Order: sequence, then structure tokens, then C-alpha cells
Amino acid sequence: MDERLWGIVEKALKDIVEKGLPTTMLLTVVSFAIALVIATLVALVQHARLPVLTQLSRFYIWLIRGTPLLVQLLVVYYALPAIGIVIDAVPAAIIAFSINEGAYCSETMRAALESVPVGQTEAGLCVGMSYTKVMLRIVIPQALRTAVPNLFNSLISMVKDTSLVSNITVVDMFMITKRHVGRTYEFLTLYVLLALLYLAISTLMTMLQRLAERFLNRNVGREVKKIA
Amino acid sequence: MLELSNVRKRFGDREVLRGIDLKVEDGDVVALIGPSGSGKTTLLRCANFLERADEGTMVFRGETYDLPKTSRRDIRRMRQHTGFVFQSYNLFANRTALGNVTEGLVVARKMRKAEAADRAMEALRRVGLADWASHYPSQLSGGQQQRVAIARAIALEPDIIFFDEPTSALDPELIGEVLGVMRDLAESGMTMLVVTHEMTFAREVSNRVVFMEDGQIVEERRSRKFFKNPHTERARQFLRAIGERE
Repeated sequence: MDERLWGIVEKALKDIVEKGLPTTMLLTVVSFAIALVIATLVALVQHARLPVLTQLSRFYIWLIRGTPLLVQLLVVYYALPAIGIVIDAVPAAIIAFSINEGAYCSETMRAALESVPVGQTEAGLCVGMSYTKVMLRIVIPQALRTAVPNLFNSLISMVKDTSLVSNITVVDMFMITKRHVGRTYEFLTLYVLLALLYLAISTLMTMLQRLAERFLNRNVGREVKKIA
Repeated sequence: MLELSNVRKRFGDREVLRGIDLKVEDGDVVALIGPSGSGKTTLLRCANFLERADEGTMVFRGETYDLPKTSRRDIRRMRQHTGFVFQSYNLFANRTALGNVTEGLVVARKMRKAEAADRAMEALRRVGLADWASHYPSQLSGGQQQRVAIARAIALEPDIIFFDEPTSALDPELIGEVLGVMRDLAESGMTMLVVTHEMTFAREVSNRVVFMEDGQIVEERRSRKFFKNPHTERARQFLRAIGERE
């Protein structure tokens, strides 16, 4: 690698990590946290078969999964001002991502809740526990264990999807790289550099997934041969 | 102790319970028998509100419950005094044997943890599983899991325990240990309402047999008399079919 190129890489890397990375991480972490809350509520509503709310949940999931994320971003940032709702770019991105990811994760959570045998819920009710307590103490902890691999799928997917925010003027890792490419015409080097950075973040998240799985499995005995 | 009157329940077009009247006295061990689909399990589940009966009342501990309309609060209060043992054990998979027994004591009864643990260990001792307290359900055999489930029920010191085919999911060689625990329980004076296919249990442990068919009680008598000489032709046929009678 010649010195000129090295200089370009060094400068771009510094810029991306210092200015872009925090935005990308902020978008990812905050949006995903909100998405998890939405997902859990929407899944619980359906699991408990609450009237009206269940239908609303299905409508929400249908609408969000059936439309492109990019369009959702543009609607929140560019279209809402037309009806008098003006939101800054970063909050707009967080809103769009949370709502989008919430829809996908709610299906993961619903499947996970349903994977816990209903008999355990009945047993909890029969020892006098309230439905809420049974959910919080028995069902959700077990459901989470099932949901974690899929939730991390969504999380990793979301890190990369945040690159769409350059469309609504948010300066993230992708936007900064694009600017450097525009100045230097080093397409190959700089986009590969960007790809490697996303890969690094995804790798970290994969490691986080392992830790999460180990944590959630901590108090469950390993399947052992039946002691008949 | 517990009295059900005119309990009716339908699933879609099928009338599963067609006006059941059943009385269980203090210390009774009632075996609820009959062919599959006769409504035994549904009756048990209606009595504990796991299913909502369409009609019927229940008197329990001097209180009258209108089965279709009982409020959630009353249901929880009623369940504080009953135990339920399921066919498929239904242990909490994320709790140890001990944790399964203490969960209800700590969460529903608001008992202090140490006190709950003492009571739970005592219950596990009664079912012969004190040494298995720290094992998770996945590490226990079916018979052991069902004994933990029984310990979970008795730790709450209920007035009555409902058993829903407690041995039907077990390998034959494991049935004995569960029936043994149930026999001890019956001898200690516990009131029990047991849906079962175990005729040995019905004959030797229960003091009363209730024979159901098609959502109705066909015959109800003292166990010994029932097995010696059933009154109804249907009961005679049933006993013949399962090889309990020539």
C-alpha cells in the first residue's frame, strides 16, 4: 500500500470511528431497546389473546412487515412534517427503526412464548400465582432462552440497516465513508474498510450472543439421560 | 367439603358435561373413572377453573361459587386451598425441584424464603425426593417429576388435591412409586379427587368410585361394592372391557 492511500485510509478510519460509529451504535442500541419493549408487549397481547389489542397487533405487524424500511424512514422524516409533525433526523431514525424492528421481534417473542408448554402456566395458576407473575417468573425467562438466537439475528441485521439513515441526512458510518470516497475516488479500499468495520461490530454482537445464551441457561440443568 | 351441582360444559357442538352433581366429603378419596372422552378431566378442570363451565355451582369451604361467573380474585382465593396434579407433571422447567415447591409458597403465599424452603424440603421428604432437591426437571425421571409435582401440591397444605390421570404418562415401572406416594397421602387423611385409569388404586385406595360416561355420572358407590357388584350394566361392561371382571 503506498503512502498516499495509507494516508487516505487513516484519515477516513479516524473520521468513521470518531464521528460515524457513535451515531451508528446509538441508533442501533436505542432503537433495539425500544423495539424489544414493543415486541414483548405486542407478543404478550397476542399470547394472552386480549380482544381488540390482538387485532391491532396483527395489523401493526402486517403493515410494518409489508412495507420497505427505507419507505418507513422517509415517511417519518419527510412525510410527517406535511401534517405538522416535525422530527429531527436522529429521533426520526430511532422511531422508524424501533417500530420496524418491534414488528419483526414481536413474532420472534410470540413464537418463543408459545414454545413454553401451556401446562406450566396452568400449574403456576394452580399454586395461586397471578397470570402476570406466572408470565414474569416462569414463562418469559424460558421464552427468552428460545428467542435469543433470533433476536440477535435481528440485532445484527439492524446494525447494517442503519446505513439507510444517510437517506434522511443522518451522518453515520456509511455517510462519512461516502463523503471520503467522493473526495478521493478510492471506492474499493474505503468500502472494503467500511465493510470490515460492520463485520467487526457484528462479530462483537455474536460474542455478546454467546454470553447472553450462557447467562440465560445458567440455571437450567443440562439434559441428562433419563434416570429411569 | 366440596360440592358441585349441575355442572355443564360444551366445546362447540359437543356437550362434554351434562349436568354433573358431585359431593366430596372431608377425607374422601374419590376415584373418577370411565371411558376416554367421558368428561372426567373436564370436570376436574372446571372445578379448578382451568376451564370455564357454562353452568353450575360449587360450594367449597362454605362459599358458593357460580362457576361461569366467578371473578378472577375469587378464583385465586379458591386456588389457595386446592392442589392440582397434572398428567404431564407440568413442573416449572426453569426451577429446581425445590424451587418448584417453594415458588407458590413464596410468590402466592408471600412466605419468607427460608420458611418456604423448610416447608418444601419437608414435602420433598414425604415423596422421597429430599436428595433430589437441587435437580432440575430435565434431570429427573417421569416418576420423580410427578412426585415433585405432588410435593408442590401438598406443600400448600390444600384442603383437597385434584389429580388428573397422574400416572397415565408414566412408563409402567414408574407408576408404582407415584401410586405409593398417593396411597400414603390418602392414609394421612388428605381429601383427594382422582381421575384415573388405575383400577388397583381405585379399588384399594379410594373409598368411593364415581363412574362417568358421556358427560354424566352413571354410577357412584363405595369402591369395594362397586368393584364387587356394579349396579349398572354400563359399569359392568366397562369393567369387563378393561379386564377387571369376568
